[in-house]
Amino acid sequence: MTTTTPAATADAELPRLRLDTPPLLVLPILALLALPLIGSFPTWVTLTVAGLAMGMMIFIMASGLTLVFGLMDVLNFGHGAFVSVGAFTATLVLLPMQGWMQADSVLLNLAALGLAVALAMLVTGLLGWAFERVVVMPVYGQHLKQILITMGGMIVAEQMIHVVWGPDQIPLPLPTSFRGAILVGDAAIEKYRLIAVAVGLIVFVAMFLILNRTKIGLLIRAGVENGEMVEALGYRIRRLFVGVFVAGSALAGLGGVLWGLYKETLTAAMGGDIMVLVFIVIIIGGLGSVGGCFIGALLVALVANYAGFLAPKIALVSNILLMVAILLWRPQGLYPVAKR
Amino acid sequence: MSEAMLSLTGVHTHIGQYHILQGVDLTVPRGELTVLLGRNGAGKTTTLRTIMGLWHASRGALLFDGEDITRAATPHIACAGIAYVPENMGIFSDLTVRENLLLAARADEPNAARLEWIFGFFPALKKFWNQAAGTLSGGQKQMLAIARAIVEPRKLLLVDEPTKGLAPAIIQSLIVAFRELKAMETTILLVEQNFGFVKSLGDTVAVMDDGRIVHSGPMAGLAENRELQQKLLGLSLDTHQ
Repeated sequence: MTTTTPAATADAELPRLRLDTPPLLVLPILALLALPLIGSFPTWVTLTVAGLAMGMMIFIMASGLTLVFGLMDVLNFGHGAFVSVGAFTATLVLLPMQGWMQADSVLLNLAALGLAVALAMLVTGLLGWAFERVVVMPVYGQHLKQILITMGGMIVAEQMIHVVWGPDQIPLPLPTSFRGAILVGDAAIEKYRLIAVAVGLIVFVAMFLILNRTKIGLLIRAGVENGEMVEALGYRIRRLFVGVFVAGSALAGLGGVLWGLYKETLTAAMGGDIMVLVFIVIIIGGLGSVGGCFIGALLVALVANYAGFLAPKIALVSNILLMVAILLWRPQGLYPVAKR
Repeated sequence: MSEAMLSLTGVHTHIGQYHILQGVDLTVPRGELTVLLGRNGAGKTTTLRTIMGLWHASRGALLFDGEDITRAATPHIACAGIAYVPENMGIFSDLTVRENLLLAARADEPNAARLEWIFGFFPALKKFWNQAAGTLSGGQKQMLAIARAIVEPRKLLLVDEPTKGLAPAIIQSLIVAFRELKAMETTILLVEQNFGFVKSLGDTVAVMDDGRIVHSGPMAGLAENRELQQKLLGLSLDTHQ
């Protein structure tokens, strides 16, 4: 069936929905303000790229969580479990395939990494499905219980990691091709950080296209705004939610693999540790907003890197201060979703 | 009276500790426009939400086109052929007019001829086709809400207070739209407090009070009986106009 697409005439009578640019400008303004404070251009470049890489990884971990909250008002404090499980699952491929990982071949390195990522996403996606059915479903609409039971779920997952992989840290060295840095002028940029930036951008573009160019994306956007009305139009929002939960868990698994390789050491608590940043990001971005989550993640990571270099003593609280500042400016976050 | 498209028998609905519907008996005849009147808090919106499965009846039975929908989930009820326009319109503000209608059409794209028919009485929707719905005026949003409900033929249309807060000119286009729908023998259950708006549209009327139907019959019977209006609605016909 073809659609009639009426000509956009006389639409000057209504205010156009303009792109909300101030939150977008915060990032370049922050980076430019940091430059004179840091003093050295190469150091600034290194810190900025490190911040962008870290931000992309946090975005990958946080994007699913923000959609889960937006769609069903579910506060999943157990999301970090998928990060840890994803990273540890990757070791099932990466450690036995040390030969490919240590080979001086980009293709072999990528193949090993690709297999590890695929397995991690598969396992965390399935775990997400089970987690939603067993842990989350019984507590729909009960925020306090959600917080308690999902935190409990994360503790159980961490202990299960100890049971399966043991209590010790597991070293996870980078593949040979991704080690070291490239020099851009006098600035040293680690190769792996560039890869993290590229993967983060791919995930963001893919999510953007799915959300804005597909019917499923349309349903997700509508569901985030008014789930009840989506149901009244005949769509089963629970199925949609389960799909988003599984995809979000798989993305957290991907984030866990990237984060584990970034840290080069895995601990069962790594997912729980990063959750503080993840929650700051989704609050700053605006609960349920993927675009806000993206900007928020980059902002949090840049501030962490700049503060770590300029004033290490306040680095630990820098993100809390950032969140307070953003919420004073925009109490609903950078890009609040229009809720019913 | 035509055969029933929808019937509610002894329907009770609880919301938390509140007992809102207290044995509603209501019949919506096929192909007719039934008006549900009543004071604020009488249970009109709860009745519509209970029909849509957004709140479930704690007792009683709902029969739609021969199917028991008492315990059915909202998506099932919608797919069975009931469209719902809530009081707050339920527009997706971040989506464009086109995207709002696309979701309601459920097919890949809305039917072009039906869209043109809708644009005939809601031309603003054509004009603002690619505009975010959140930027529309209140009246245009109401047009979009109704258009979304009728973008595909449905067996029953539930509309909750469509004229609330709207300018007379917009109300006039809604009257045109409802007349068009009536001409197509669409079955409609319309909740309204604006008696002037519904008196010429309604075929049958039911009046609610305290969670029960206290009167039902032809609209003409109520429109011509001032005493009955005074008794049921607390206002005479003239004061509604």
